[in-house]
Amino acid sequence: MEGASVQPASGSVVQANGLGLTFQTSDGPVEALSNVDLGVGKGDFISFIGPSGCGKTTFLRVIADLEQPTAGSITVNGMTPREARRRRAYGYVFQSAALYPWRTIEKNIALPLEIMGVARGEKMERIARVLDLVDLKGFGKKFPWQLSGGMQQRASIARALAFDADLLLMDEPFGALDEIVRDHLNEQLLKLWDRTNKTICFVTHSIPEAVYLSTRIVVMSPRPGRVTDVIESTLPKERPLDIRESPEFLAIAHRVREGLRSGHSHEV
Amino acid sequence: MSAAAESPVVDSAPGVVSRLTAGKTVPILVVVAAIIAIWYAFAVYLNAPGQIDAYERAGEEWTATQFLRDTLAQERPVLPSPHQVVSEIWKTTFTIKPSSKRSLVYHGWVTLSATLMGFAIGTLLGILLAVGIVHHRAMDKSVMPWVIASQTIPILAIAPMIIVVLNAVGLSGLLPKALISTYLSFFPVVVGMVKGLRSPEAIQLDLMHTYNASGFQTFWKLRWPSAMPYLFTSMKIAVAISLVGAIVGEMPTGAVAGLGARLLAGSYYGQTIQIWSALFAAAAIAATLVAIVGIAHRLVLKRMGMAA
Repeated sequence: MEGASVQPASGSVVQANGLGLTFQTSDGPVEALSNVDLGVGKGDFISFIGPSGCGKTTFLRVIADLEQPTAGSITVNGMTPREARRRRAYGYVFQSAALYPWRTIEKNIALPLEIMGVARGEKMERIARVLDLVDLKGFGKKFPWQLSGGMQQRASIARALAFDADLLLMDEPFGALDEIVRDHLNEQLLKLWDRTNKTICFVTHSIPEAVYLSTRIVVMSPRPGRVTDVIESTLPKERPLDIRESPEFLAIAHRVREGLRSGHSHEV
Repeated sequence: MSAAAESPVVDSAPGVVSRLTAGKTVPILVVVAAIIAIWYAFAVYLNAPGQIDAYERAGEEWTATQFLRDTLAQERPVLPSPHQVVSEIWKTTFTIKPSSKRSLVYHGWVTLSATLMGFAIGTLLGILLAVGIVHHRAMDKSVMPWVIASQTIPILAIAPMIIVVLNAVGLSGLLPKALISTYLSFFPVVVGMVKGLRSPEAIQLDLMHTYNASGFQTFWKLRWPSAMPYLFTSMKIAVAISLVGAIVGEMPTGAVAGLGARLLAGSYYGQTIQIWSALFAAAAIAATLVAIVGIAHRLVLKRMGMAA
C-alpha cells in the first residue's frame, strides 16, 4: 500500500518519505505524524480525511513550513518547505477566513501582493481577476463583516490565488459552513481547479466532500497519525453535484468509510 | 366614538413620560440635581459653626433666612456653595484678561500645555517600550518588571526630586512638569499596547508567515492595526492621568502658575472658593481631553471599517 503511494520524484509537487513529527508537550511526546510516505503529482486534487488528531492538518502545515518535521524528509517543488515558502510556492486557506477586519475585501486580497511588492497596476488587475474567479465581483469595496461566512471564505480563497502559486493548501476551508453553502462552494472549487490547473491539497472530515472533490483520497488515522489508505478516484473530471448519487461515487465513499473504520480498530 | 377619540390622549401621556425616563437626559438631570442639593445641605451644615461664631462676636441677632443666606455667602467658607464656585469660575474665566495671573484661563493653559507635552512624550515612550517588549524576549523579561515597579512609587514622593534634579541640570519651566506627566501616562500605554500588539490570532500570524513577510511587514500590516483599539483605550486613561501629573508637578516646587499652583495658593490663604474652582477647571479640562481622544478613537475605527 505505502509502496504504491510513493510516486517518482520527477514531476511531483510534494514528496514525503518516512515523514514523522513528534510534539513535545507537558504530558510527554505526542506522535502527530508517523512514517508518512506520500507523493502529490502536478495537477492532483488530493484530500486528506480522518478523525481529529490524525495529523491531516499537521501534514498540511509541514508542507507549508508552519511545522518542522522531526523525522524523514519532505520536498515541495523539489525544495525544502522553507525554501518553497520563501519562493511563495503555495497559497494557504485556513479553517476560518482570517480576513483582516480593517481591510476591505479588495485590500485583503492585496495583502500578499503588497508584501511581495507587486506593482500597483498589476495588483489591481490580479484583484479583479481573482474576485471574478471566486464570483465576488462587485464586493471588493465591502468590509469582511458585511459579507456572509461563505463569501468571506471565498474571499480568502481569492487571496490565496492572488499571487499565482501553483499549489493550493486548504485546511478544512468549508468546515464551518452549512451544507447548502458547502455544496455550492465545492462545485465552484472544482470549476476553479479545472480552470487554473493548480495542485490542491485539501483537508476535510467530510466523506462526501472528499469523494466529490478529489482525484485521490488519503485516509488517515490517529495515535500515531499515519496514512492507512490511498484511494484513486475513478470518477470523471466533469462532476455535476448529482454524481454523488451514482453507484461509483457510493463505492468510493464506502471504501473511505471502511478505511476510516479500520484505522480506528487499531486502537481498540 | 368618544372613547376612541380619547384613547390616543390617554396613551400619549405615559408615552411622553416613559420616553423621557427611558432616555439618558432625565436620569442624568436627576442625579445632578441630587448632588447639588446634597452639596447645598453640606455647605450650610459645615459653614454653620463659623457663621454662629461670627454673629456672636458681632453681637448680632439673626433669623433663620438670614443665617441660611449668610452661610452660603461666606468669604472663606469651609465648603463653598455651588453658586459661589460657579460665579468664581465665571469671573476668573470670562471677565479677566487671559494674560492676567488672576485668570483661570491663564492657569489652565499653563497646566494644559504641560499635560499635552507630557501626554505626547508618554504615549510615544509607551509605544516604543511596548514594541520593544513584544519583539525582544530579553526586553520582555527585563523591562516589564521595571515598568510596573515605576508605578508603585508614589508620584508625590518622586515629583519634587525630578523637578530639583532637572533644575540642577538647567532644565526648568515646562519640561520638568511634562516629564512628571510622562512618568504617569506612559504606563497605561505600555500595558495596553503590549496587549494590543499581541492581540493578532495565531492564524493571522501564520498567514503572514506563509507570505514570507518580514518582521517589519508583519508589524506594520498586522500588529499595528490590530493594536489600534487598545492604543486609544490606553490613551484615554493616559491623557487624564497626564493632567494629574502636571498638577502634582506644579505643587511641590511652589510654582507660580498653573492649576496646581492655584490649588496650593488657595490652601495657603484659606481661599476655598479658589480651590474648588481650580478643581472644577481641572475636571472640565480632563473631561474635554478624554472626550477628544474618544472622538479620535471613533474616527480612526470608522476609517478602519470597525466602527462600534
